[in-house]
Order: sequence, then structure tokens, then C-alpha cells
Amino acid sequence: MQPLLTVTGLEKRFGGVTAGKDVTFSLAAGEMLAIIGPNGAGKSTTFNMVGGQLKPDAGSIVLAGQDITGKPPREIWRLGVGRTFQIAQTFISMSVVENVQMALISHHGQTRSVKEAATRLHREAALGFLGRVGMADMADRPVNELAYGDVKRVELAIALASEPKLLLMDEPTAGMAPKERTALMQLTSDIARAHGIGVLFTEHDMDSVFGHADRILVLVRGEIIATGTPDEVRSNQRVKQVYLGEAGSQAALKARRQAAEAH
Amino acid sequence: MDLSFFVIQALSGLASASALFVIASGLTIVFGVTRIVNFAHGSFYMLGAYMAVTIVPWLLEFDRSPTLFFVGVLASALVVGVLGVIMEVVLLRRIYRVPELFQLLATFGVVLIVQDVVLKIWGPVDITGPRAPGMRHGVEILGQRFPAYELFLIFVGPAVLGALLLIMHKTRFGVLIRAATQDREMVGALGVNQAMLFTGTLFLGAFLAGLGGALQIPRLPANTGMDLSIITEAFVVTVIGGMGSVPGAFIAALIIKMLEAFGILIFPKITLVLVFLLMAVVLVVKPWGLMGKPEVASGRAVLPEGILNLKGFSRNETVVWVVLTLALLLVPILGDTYKVKVGIEIMVFALAAFSLNLLIGNGGIVSFGHAAYFGVGAYAAGLLVTGPLKAPMELALVAAPLAGGLAAALFGYFIVRLHGIYLAMLTLAFAQITYAIFFQWVEVTGGDNGVVGVWPSRWAATREVYFYVVAVLALTSIVALRHLFYTPFGYTLRAARDSANRADAIGIDVKTHRWLAFIVAGAAAGLAGGLYSFSKGSIDPTMISIAMSIDFLMMILTGGIQTVMGPLVGTAVFHSVKDFFMPLTDFWRFFLGVSIIAIVLIFPKGVVGALDGLRERMGRRAPAPTTPPAVARETA
Repeated sequence: MQPLLTVTGLEKRFGGVTAGKDVTFSLAAGEMLAIIGPNGAGKSTTFNMVGGQLKPDAGSIVLAGQDITGKPPREIWRLGVGRTFQIAQTFISMSVVENVQMALISHHGQTRSVKEAATRLHREAALGFLGRVGMADMADRPVNELAYGDVKRVELAIALASEPKLLLMDEPTAGMAPKERTALMQLTSDIARAHGIGVLFTEHDMDSVFGHADRILVLVRGEIIATGTPDEVRSNQRVKQVYLGEAGSQAALKARRQAAEAH
Repeated sequence: MDLSFFVIQALSGLASASALFVIASGLTIVFGVTRIVNFAHGSFYMLGAYMAVTIVPWLLEFDRSPTLFFVGVLASALVVGVLGVIMEVVLLRRIYRVPELFQLLATFGVVLIVQDVVLKIWGPVDITGPRAPGMRHGVEILGQRFPAYELFLIFVGPAVLGALLLIMHKTRFGVLIRAATQDREMVGALGVNQAMLFTGTLFLGAFLAGLGGALQIPRLPANTGMDLSIITEAFVVTVIGGMGSVPGAFIAALIIKMLEAFGILIFPKITLVLVFLLMAVVLVVKPWGLMGKPEVASGRAVLPEGILNLKGFSRNETVVWVVLTLALLLVPILGDTYKVKVGIEIMVFALAAFSLNLLIGNGGIVSFGHAAYFGVGAYAAGLLVTGPLKAPMELALVAAPLAGGLAAALFGYFIVRLHGIYLAMLTLAFAQITYAIFFQWVEVTGGDNGVVGVWPSRWAATREVYFYVVAVLALTSIVALRHLFYTPFGYTLRAARDSANRADAIGIDVKTHRWLAFIVAGAAAGLAGGLYSFSKGSIDPTMISIAMSIDFLMMILTGGIQTVMGPLVGTAVFHSVKDFFMPLTDFWRFFLGVSIIAIVLIFPKGVVGALDGLRERMGRRAPAPTTPPAVARETA
């Protein structure tokens, strides 16, 4: 079976800085792939090239057999890529359910419709997506009144509303309390497995990475230095040397043990 | 054309560029540090000129020496610098944290106040200043005479640039200015005394504006129109150069004045168009100007200024609006001619203001030039009826929204590509260009006088019948526009305002939707303009002026941009008050300025917003008495 996402030879330079050099990897449907690495390693760059926020200097990105290299975000979204942001981006003046309705309105190509009231469209479907992320009972609350962890869930529901094949999550647990982090990552991986959605995420939190990723890709100075299962990456000496260090390895080990217990 | 002609043309271009740079540098420094676009900068410039025509002749009576001339010029600039300090301490300090729309308006309030103060002190007649001693002669250049003072001016700009760069790089104050321009929050976090820094910056900015004004007196008599004529030019320079960048302002001033100096040879009538075209092109290619930097994103999700939650009408509200509409429709039957006139104007302005709030309140597109589309509609209708076509009113009223929509489509194409303050500046620039075209194209538009004889068709000739024509068209348009807020299109606009990133990531083409909204709002404003021209029986450039745009903004702010219906209430209140008070006083601009500032400082949510807030507080207080007794019973 061909992979859901194939990234080949991606390159990106900002002036003299190489933020991406021959970045090549692939991602299968239902798989959770984490990109990790020190600050400035090119994680967000790689991520934004896949999401369309940045244009690569070279290389190609193929989603389910279709070349999406250099396409703008909104086209990439139409081809089945949902995304969440490092700092949650929601429609802050709207209610929780309206946020998801908005995504559905766009998904159905109705953003220019001037016929009926927007709040009447796709409400049931929106409630369904909110149910998936456990937010259905807060549907009519203004999104700006929610706790940050809940805002992140709403954002996930928005990203899911287009029934994406691929979900891009830029530091999904940044700014969240430890308990919320585990819950959100568990929720994400459950949804990904249940619906066969591939998830590409960047993360600094070792618990989230080693506890939930199926595979991990380590970037340093724009280059992939290691890729493999969490256990392989954890025991990789080079990774330990340049990124994880002693404390990071310990944290990774702990996360693996907890994950093993959970299963 | 020979070489000498080109050289002279280039030299006078350089002199103008130099003078313009001195003024614009102050504006760009103030913006860089305070993030406030200071409309009153033009007022400082004007005050500099008035100070100079007062101080310099007095000094020259002691001794007609060049030294005393320049002492006078510097003294004038210093006085203006002190006025800048006063403005910072009294007003700006209170508005650093309010949304930019309010900041712009507050500083425009200062413009209005200064206009009336200048009128009161110096009177309406232009005051010619003395020429600079020792520089009254001409210099022979390639066989042509060139004024020595102009030659001197050419060196002033680079000298000021040099001095500013020296200050910026060699003094602590200058380093702080540069630091604050880059990241104001960080400078605050490092424990810098911000109050002193901001006050100092305002002094420097106002000083430069005053200097620019004072230096003009040998070339230009001090007059009451100086403030608004220079401020647009200074805005254009700072925007093209990149807001906050002093070298950028220098380069931009050079480009613009050279373009004008030589553009006038090729397109004598449309040099202004060239300048604005340049601005549009620069901003499309480099949205932050030639040497400007993108805003440092704060990263936090900030609740946008504008409509927050859309509620439909409650039963009571429906009753209120129906009763109000019926009462309005009874005006021609029960009221006198004056009330019918006011009623027509309120409906017309309500439509324009309502359409503006679709952009500002719902779309977050802060347009400072809505009068452009209103004016284009008015002129399209007026010129069709009075021009060679002698078209009937009915046709003119179809053409008005079309013309407004077309103008909005053209300008909006560029405008929606920008953000924040750059967007607001471009809307203002396009409005000014429209104003200039209609003002200068005298053969067609009648210039300053406008065109009279714009009368309705015979069947609608009486004021009462015309009232109903306006009622039908304006009210149905308002109802239709109101519907838009609630549709997926309206929601999409609001989504793009809340988070352009999120909107983009769920497949929304933000620019195109904003553009469509701009066209719709422009068409509605155009219709309003057309209706207005028939009610006045004439068209004139005040319909496109900055003052008109500000009036529209005041209307929606008086009502509150957080609500859909607020602009209607705001229009009724604002227009009635203005219409009532204006004839009573010679100083209505002063009072308008004061009330603008008062609204920004005290009433930022407008009348309807304040009422909503009051109701909410009452609602919260209402159940309070019922709970304590219950608790009391429990404890008992």
C-alpha cells in the first residue's frame, strides 16, 4: 500500500541558514509520526512546508498520490489536511459549535452563501465532531470563555470537520497542564486510529512524544539524524548526544514504561 | 527640453523632498515608538508655520540677520515640541492600549480642536511670512535662476537625517527609540522608563513637524488648510518608506517628490495619481513598506474589537424597531420641512454607516476612507443628471451603487492585501486621491464649487415624496445588509477577522471574501451618496472629504461597533446633535473634536454598547436580592 504522505528531498534556506536539507520521510494512514529536535532544528519549517505556509526551495510533498508541493494552505486543506497551531487559533468571537459549523460551511463551499442564517447550517454534524473530542456539552459556550485545554479540543474538532486524511499538529500540547496533555494526545491517537487519519506532529514534551508516537523523526540543523520507533530513537546514541541528553533519555524511558503499562 | 530645465526640475524636486522628509521623519519616529498614527502631526506642522510667521518677523525687527531668522525658526519648532509633550501627557498616555481605530480618531479630534484654535488666534486670512535674510536672491544654475532658499532647503533634509541617525545611534535616548520601534514590550520588560521615552519621542516628533512648518514660511503663507494637506503626504511617505523607519522616509520622500517633479512634465494633471499608484504598488509588493518590518506578533489571542456575538432580535427589540420605523415613516405627514430634511439625511447616513460597520465591526477592516465610495456614488448620480446625458433620477440611482461598488472593487483589490494600520492608511490614501481627482477635474466636476441642479424626477420632486423614495431604498438596503451579518458570508468575514490563520487553514480565501465585502459596502455607500446628492440638489467635494469619512466613523462609534444595529442609533444621535449644534456655534469643530476624544476615553463602546452593558449589569444585579434570603433561611 502506498503511504498517505510522502515527503522527498525537502530543502529550505533562510538567507544563510539551512532550515531543511534533504528531508525525506513518509507517513501511513492511522500512523502518528512525531518530529522532534532542538530549537531551530527545522521542525516548524518542515511542518509549515507540508501545511503550505512555506514554499520549499526543492523537493516534493505527495499526499495520497497527489503532489501538493507549494500549494497554499487553503488548497492543501481541501485535499484533506487539517491542522492545529502551536498557539490555538479559533474564531474567538463565536461559540464552540459555531467554530465547527464555520469549518463545515467552508468544507461544503458555502462561505459566499447569503441565503440562510449561518447558525442553522450543519449544527448536528458540528455537534457530532464536538462529541468526538468530548466537548458537546459546551457547544453553546463562547469559545473565549473556555480553559486553554478545552480550546485546544475545539481546535481539534475544527481540524477534523473536513474529514481530513492527514492531521498536522504543531506542538499540540504547548501551554497545557500535564494531565491535559496526556488526555489530548490519547484523544488524538484514538481518533487517528479509529478513522485512519495520519498524524504528523512536532513536540517538545517527551511524554507526548514517546508515549503516543508510532514513529519518531529527529531533526538537527535541518537534517534528519535518526528515524524509527520510540524505542529505537530512545536508544540511539547520536540522538542522546545531540538532543535528548541524560535527562531527556530518562524522561523518554519513563514515558515508554507508562505507555507500556497503559496498554 | 534642455538639460538646464531638467536640472532645475530635479533641484526643486530635491528641495520639496527635503522639506517633506523633515516633517515625515517626525511622524515615522512617533509611530515607531508609540504605534500611534498621529493625525495631529499635520497640526503641529501648521502650528510651526503660524508660530514662525509670528516669532520670526518680531525677531527680524531687532536685526535683519540670517541668524535671527533661524533662531526664530528653531524657537517656533521648540514651542511646537512642547505642545507635543502636552498632547502626550494629556491625551496619548491614556490611549496607548486602545484599538488603533480609536487612536486615529482621538488624534483627529486634536486636529479639529487645533483648527478652531488657530482660526481663533490667527484668523482665517493667510499670513505671508518674511523671506530669509541673505537668501532672497536667485542663484544662476546653467543659465537658469534658482532661488537660494530652495538650494538651502536641499541641504536641510540630509542634515536632519544625519542628526537623527546620530541621535539614534549615539545617544541612549536614540537607542531606546530604536529598541522600542523593534519591540516595545521587550523595552518595557527591561525596566525602561516608558513614560519618559514616549514623552521625549513626542517632543522630537512635534519638534520636527514644527521645524518643517517653520521652514516653509518663505515659500508658503501660513494657512488653515496646511494640516490636512501635509498629513496625507506625510502618511504616504511613512507608509512607502516603512512605518518607523527614518531612512525609509528619506528615500520615500525623494522618490515621491522626484516622481512629482518629472511626472508633471508627462501627466501634468495626475501627478497625485502617480504618487498613490506608487504607494499601492509598493504595498502590494512589500506590505510593510520599503524599509519597514512586520509587526512583532504578540501571539496572544486577543478578543477582537467589533461584533462579538450575533443575537437576533428579542421580541421587545423587534417591537422597538418596528415602532421606530413607523414613527420615521410618519415624519413627512406629521413633521415640518426641517424634520423631513433631517429624516432623509439620517436615513442616507445610516445606510453609509451601516455598510461601514459591515467592514469594521464585522470584518475588522478599518476603513478610514468610506467617504470615497459615498462621494463616487454622489458624483456619479449628480453628473449623470446634470451632464450631457441629462439622465433621469431613476437611472442615476442605479448608477450610484454601481459606481461606488466599482470604485470599491478597484481600491479594495489593493486594500484587502494589507493589515492593520497599513490597511487603514491605504483606505485613507485612496479616499484622498478620489477627493483630489474630483477637486481638480474642474471642467467636469466643477471643482471646489461642485455642480448644482441635481434634482429628483418630477414625480419625486417634493421633499415628502423624496423622503419615501429614500425610505424605501435606504431601509431595504439596511435590512438586506443586516441579513448579511447573519449569513455564512457574514460569518466567514468575522472568522477571517478573528483569526486569518485559522480561516486560511480551513480553506477560506480570506482576501477574496474581504474584497467582496468591500465591494458590497462600497455599493451601499454609493447608493447612499446618490440619494444624498438628490436631497441636497448638488454635489461638492465635501462629500468625499476626510471630514466626511470621520463623520461616518463617528456615527458607528457613537452607536458602538460591537453591535449590528448600533450604527443606526449612532447616526441618528450624531447627526441630530451635529445638525442642531453646528449653526449655534462658530466652534463646532472644536466641540466635535472634544466629543470625539470624550467618546474614545469615556464611551468606547458607544451608546448601544453602553446600554447593553448597563442591561447586563442590571440583569446580574436583579437576581441578587432573591439569593441572600434563601441563604439566610438555611442558616436560620
